[in-house]
Amino acid sequence: MAVYKRSYRGYAGPLTEEWSRFAIIPRYAYRGLFQSKIMTAFFVLCFVAPLVFLFLIYFANSWGRIAAIINERGSASPIGINGEFFIAYLGFQCPLAFILTAFIGPGLISGDLANRALTLYLARPFSRTEYVIGKMSVLLVLLSLITWVPGLILFSVQAALAGGGWLSQNLWIAWGIFAGSWIWILVISLLALALSAWVKWRIAAGALLLAIFFVAAGFGEAINAVLDVRWGKLINLGYVFTIIWHSLFRLRDSFEISPASAWVMLALICGACLALLSRKLRAIEVVR
Amino acid sequence: MNSVIELEGLAIDLGGRRILDDLRCTLSARTIGLLGPNGAGKSTLINALLGFHKPAAGTARIFGHDVRSGIRQIRNLTGYMPENDAFVARMSAVSYVQLMGELSGLPPEAALERAHEALFHVGLGEARYRQLGTYSLGMRQLAKLAQAIAHGPKLLILDEPTNGLDPPARQRMIRLISEMRESGDLHIILCSHLLRDVEETCEEVLILKQGRIVHYANLEEERRANRKFIEMETVGANGTFTGDIEKLGCACAVTGNNRIKLVLSEGVAIRDLYRVAADRNVQIRRLNYRRDSLEDIFLKAMESELAVKGNANGRL
Repeated sequence: MAVYKRSYRGYAGPLTEEWSRFAIIPRYAYRGLFQSKIMTAFFVLCFVAPLVFLFLIYFANSWGRIAAIINERGSASPIGINGEFFIAYLGFQCPLAFILTAFIGPGLISGDLANRALTLYLARPFSRTEYVIGKMSVLLVLLSLITWVPGLILFSVQAALAGGGWLSQNLWIAWGIFAGSWIWILVISLLALALSAWVKWRIAAGALLLAIFFVAAGFGEAINAVLDVRWGKLINLGYVFTIIWHSLFRLRDSFEISPASAWVMLALICGACLALLSRKLRAIEVVR
Repeated sequence: MNSVIELEGLAIDLGGRRILDDLRCTLSARTIGLLGPNGAGKSTLINALLGFHKPAAGTARIFGHDVRSGIRQIRNLTGYMPENDAFVARMSAVSYVQLMGELSGLPPEAALERAHEALFHVGLGEARYRQLGTYSLGMRQLAKLAQAIAHGPKLLILDEPTNGLDPPARQRMIRLISEMRESGDLHIILCSHLLRDVEETCEEVLILKQGRIVHYANLEEERRANRKFIEMETVGANGTFTGDIEKLGCACAVTGNNRIKLVLSEGVAIRDLYRVAADRNVQIRRLNYRRDSLEDIFLKAMESELAVKGNANGRL
């Protein structure tokens, strides 16, 4: 019978696995996101830097042949493929990931809260945790695709081209790429979701996210200058991440605050974001 | 009949205040009405049944599943149409209903098919590819109904479904609810402060006031009982006529102006009254079944509550 002629009837067919239902949210989100040409173009642009880094790896590993051509036989490659090279890679990709998050993240929850859609989600066999995981995975997947996934591909290419014992000697770099990217992705995703849930307005949430990174950095410097202290740097998130990445990539640069303080700061930010999400994401808002 | 909802001393506290207090009843009809003035606790009760508010005391069960321990099973069995606007921004109606179907556990293909079906069923077939943001209030109500039925729930909870609808849209909504009831596949809880909506669709009614149950009515039984009460306007009736009616076994009272109220006993039909009237040369000018409408029941419930309060105040 044609669909338009059917009257109400129950459903007795198969059901999907409960654990897999969080993945419905990113599937629908991507459908909407990639309808935007700007978003699609930006996402494609995010792969330009990995291609450049891939070329640099090829260049560094082919230096012997290139040197022979340009009569520089015996000279060392101007590009060293080491921790600094990959930290520079993260230095390119993570800001792009941040821009992508500022574009996508603020609208993920605010729309649902403003239109009271959360009631509909949570009236189903779908928990708040699954909702947050679903919304976060929209960002986690996209940001992974432009940070650690190409990063590890670059690492693998370097390992294959360098051969010998390079892989075993530099395996910690792979861990640095993976962990450094994930920490960045988790923190900015949580921040974007929490701000989205807090202000319930996409534009304001986006502005707040940018303010947390850029205005807070200036504010931290002001605190240091006025109070003659060093802990003002703790609210400069870019600086905090730099410390953590440097510790992950075993670079011995000196910073004004210790890596332990940086880790504690990130843990506090994540905790605050989770608390805010737990408070704001409710099916029914009780007015006291 | 298996119970749909069992309330066992259910109490809900919100913001430090007791909103629902010691609710106890068992409801098993196909369509159940929740009635009460604004602020009576109807929506809070629905939210408690859906697990949005944790009980402060007691519990509730839906199809035997406890709201404290089996909320996921309850949500598997229910479809919910909230009172307020609730939609996903920048989404067409068909995507919205499909998304909600998938979140309820339907595979994508089945969810898409049932989304089309549900939207046609509620009358949004031609507008199903339009963005929800462009819908009128009535259309958004229908879209909410479509998302509530797309996954084929066993219990459909409708919170003020006719809110903000114009008379034709209201009629359409009531007709849809009645059709779904007749399908025999699902039970419906209709929460409303509009007596007519409840009267037209429900078999059982729970009347709440200030967080308490003030009356339970089985409308089917009330309707059956109403058929036994008759009011007559006569010309020429006298003591003999009422005596003859009483001989039939009917309780009878003359209320003045030739008006007689009587209760039909078992086995006595209306034609027997006409026969007695013909024998005694009495004209029956008007004969009505007493209609104890839901409005009467509701007002009585409100009045009795006031009387109880008045007595309590008197004792104080």
